Amino acid sequence: MATIAPATEGLTTADGVSLKVSLARANARSRRRALLLVLPLLAFLTVTFVLPILDMLYRGIENSVVPETFTRTTAVIGQWDPDTAELPPESIYEAMVGDLKEAYASKSLGSAARRLNYDLPGVSSLFRKSGRRANRIEEGPYKDALLKIDKAWGEPAIWRLLHRESGAYTASYFLAAVDMRYDEQGDVAPQPEYRQIYLRLFGRTLMLSVVITVLCLLLGYPVAYLLATLPLRTSNLLMVMVLLPFWTSLLVRTTSWIALLQTQGVINDLLVLVGIVSDDGRLQMMHNQVGTIVAMTHILLPFMILPLYSVMKTIPPSYMRAARSLGANPLTAFVRVYLPNTVAGIGAGSILVFILAIGYYITPALVGGQSGTLISNFIADHISTTLNWGLAAALGVLLLGIVLALYFLYDKIVGIDNMKLG
Amino acid sequence: MEQANDPIVRFDGVQKSYDGETLVVKKLDLDIARGEFLTMLGPSGSGKTTCLMMLAGFEPATHGEIYLNGQPINRVPPHKRGIGMVFQNYALFPHMTVAENLAFPLEVRGMDRATIEQKVNRALDMVRLPEFGGRRPAQLSGGQQQRVAVARALVFEPDLVLMDEPLGALDKNLREEMQYEIKHIHERLGVSVVYVTHDQSEALTMSNRVAVFDDGVIQQLAAPDVLYEQPRNAFVAYFIGENNRLYGRVEAIDGDHCTVRLDDEGASVRALRVNVEGVGSRTTLSLRPERVQILGGEQAADNVMSGRVEELIYLGDHVRTRMTVAGNDAFIVKIPNAHGHAVLRVGDTVKLGWAADDCRALDPPTGEREPV
Ligand SMILES: Nc1ncnc2c1ncn2[C@@H]1O[C@H](COP(=O)(O)OP(=O)(O)OP(=O)(O)O)[C@@H](O)[C@H]1O
Ligand SMILES: [Mg+2]
Repeated sequence: MATIAPATEGLTTADGVSLKVSLARANARSRRRALLLVLPLLAFLTVTFVLPILDMLYRGIENSVVPETFTRTTAVIGQWDPDTAELPPESIYEAMVGDLKEAYASKSLGSAARRLNYDLPGVSSLFRKSGRRANRIEEGPYKDALLKIDKAWGEPAIWRLLHRESGAYTASYFLAAVDMRYDEQGDVAPQPEYRQIYLRLFGRTLMLSVVITVLCLLLGYPVAYLLATLPLRTSNLLMVMVLLPFWTSLLVRTTSWIALLQTQGVINDLLVLVGIVSDDGRLQMMHNQVGTIVAMTHILLPFMILPLYSVMKTIPPSYMRAARSLGANPLTAFVRVYLPNTVAGIGAGSILVFILAIGYYITPALVGGQSGTLISNFIADHISTTLNWGLAAALGVLLLGIVLALYFLYDKIVGIDNMKLG
Repeated sequence: MEQANDPIVRFDGVQKSYDGETLVVKKLDLDIARGEFLTMLGPSGSGKTTCLMMLAGFEPATHGEIYLNGQPINRVPPHKRGIGMVFQNYALFPHMTVAENLAFPLEVRGMDRATIEQKVNRALDMVRLPEFGGRRPAQLSGGQQQRVAVARALVFEPDLVLMDEPLGALDKNLREEMQYEIKHIHERLGVSVVYVTHDQSEALTMSNRVAVFDDGVIQQLAAPDVLYEQPRNAFVAYFIGENNRLYGRVEAIDGDHCTVRLDDEGASVRALRVNVEGVGSRTTLSLRPERVQILGGEQAADNVMSGRVEELIYLGDHVRTRMTVAGNDAFIVKIPNAHGHAVLRVGDTVKLGWAADDCRALDPPTGEREPV
């Protein structure tokens, strides 16, 4: 403490380095160490989580197959104005014939045809047929030659489709994901009634997730309360029972629900035995929404109980006692003092269960039937069965968007800082 | 009929057991007068909180009856007892502001907005926090939270307030300030207070009467000065203030006094007969350090013994001296730092004297259970 630097010049450490600089240096060192510690996880997450998501985002708009297959056509189709009723000029037909010949020879026509078929059902066979026969076209006029192969080549809709999808990116997957499409004139319009499924599916997924979340909250709250207030020995036993499902395979749990819920299952047998329902009036509790709700509520319940419990455990019993001694009856004391102090747990548990439910796959696939399947079942279907990865990606991105939007909303209303996950 | 000199609370043969095997409260008979500040004092685990919880209605009495204003209340739920309570950790509701905390007991009683606001403001003034109504409990210091807790327990004007170690979490200075403040509020409002602490100086400075608990039994119930000057048994003498103990056997009894032969040296000591069964029984002699004098050449006293100085601790106004007297090497004497007092050195042997009335013959040492 020999000299004290004037405040205006800033403080320095003993060796004369500015205090700020050496503080920053010291902090940088510990930051570097922290970074090193999380680096393996960071790398792992990047490879297994961030990159797939980015890839999914990209696949939702990616369209390279069209310009790569129809190289010549896409190069010249810009000369044609899709808003006119006229057909494209001969040069474009010539380019198309060249593309068809080449694509047929290199066997790449099929995937391009399938891709365009998503946008205009039926064009797939047109391209295949034309590809097969295009080899025989030796010289022009190419327009007539193509029209001879199929009259459809005289429809402007085909050319509008090619014109629209000639770029490397497309919006049509996302349009399809929200039940929209380009109509004959190339304008964005809703899908015909009978093809509208995804919005309804999103709606059903959200609705079922809300129902499941509310059920989990109603069933889980009292259990969490008991866990937090019972004497240690009893509450440990209860905790084991809560955690037991975690130690059982998800598939086993779902199949046991099938055994319980099916028409010839345990519950129906019991009801018939007791005489509540008649033998031919057995309840349909599976392959519908009831099955999905029951099984998923059971499976997701621990995710509600644990955050609730961790919050409730921190609430000292003296709060309730204080409320009672101040003249509140048990119900008032609970509603006005206990409940508000568990909001953080309710929020955390609800958002956890909701987000898990909204993307759930196995259980609804097994017990959901027609009316109980969720959006993720369709995404899986597009990935593994119809191979429409673009649409699957677009649906996935929308799902991710919904979750993020809800998360944002939750943050605005409750505050993420108030959330306690355990 | 409620009368001014009826006790506000009466414990009538109350017993309490949590596990059905041991009695935590053994047999409690206690009257608490209207307007009284009664403190339950005792070591940890002696059953003080349990008594308070039974009175507040959070624990049922296993046996016996508790009366509030003459009415048996064993079956009355806590929220209908109308007893204010201050908890050790304050138990302020963290999701409410200070004003909302204070308004809570008034709202559940269905009072109208204007009355509530007026009472809340008055309560905030009372604890000298008029500016703090809009804050959350977490934004207050420990002492401020404490005051809010006191205000909340009083805002609905109960005639009985229970406080369970309300100052336990505060540092020493704040504690003393708050003791003073609580005492003043008590005097001003005239409420009855049952206060629990295991800090004896707190008990002595604040209370009208102190009930000393040990092992689920009230060992002595008396005013602070009586408790200090006239402890009725060895536990109270030990627990309240500092005290030197000598053990011996009663040799003779004459009236209020008795003669005790000490175990160690066989010397006889005259003592006040407080709690001895008869000639031949064993006894504990209790002697306050400040009642022991160092005798000069000519001075005399009822009892005179010699002691060897073992340790001197200078404390400013007095010198605390540890000596060996009759085999007890933890015998403390407080020597006032005044003119004319001999300067002692470790190893000196001095003559000590004390009056027979200051030396109390109490119950025998139990051997198994030394008071802790
Ligand atoms: N809920 C309970 N269940 C079982 N035993 C209990 C319970 N509460 C208290 N006890 C036991 O009762 C005895 C008295 O406890 P109590 O809390 O009344 O003591 P205390 O005098 O308030 O002590 P302290 O000064 O430490 O607060 C203790 O031995 C304690 O272990
Ligand atoms: Mg206690």
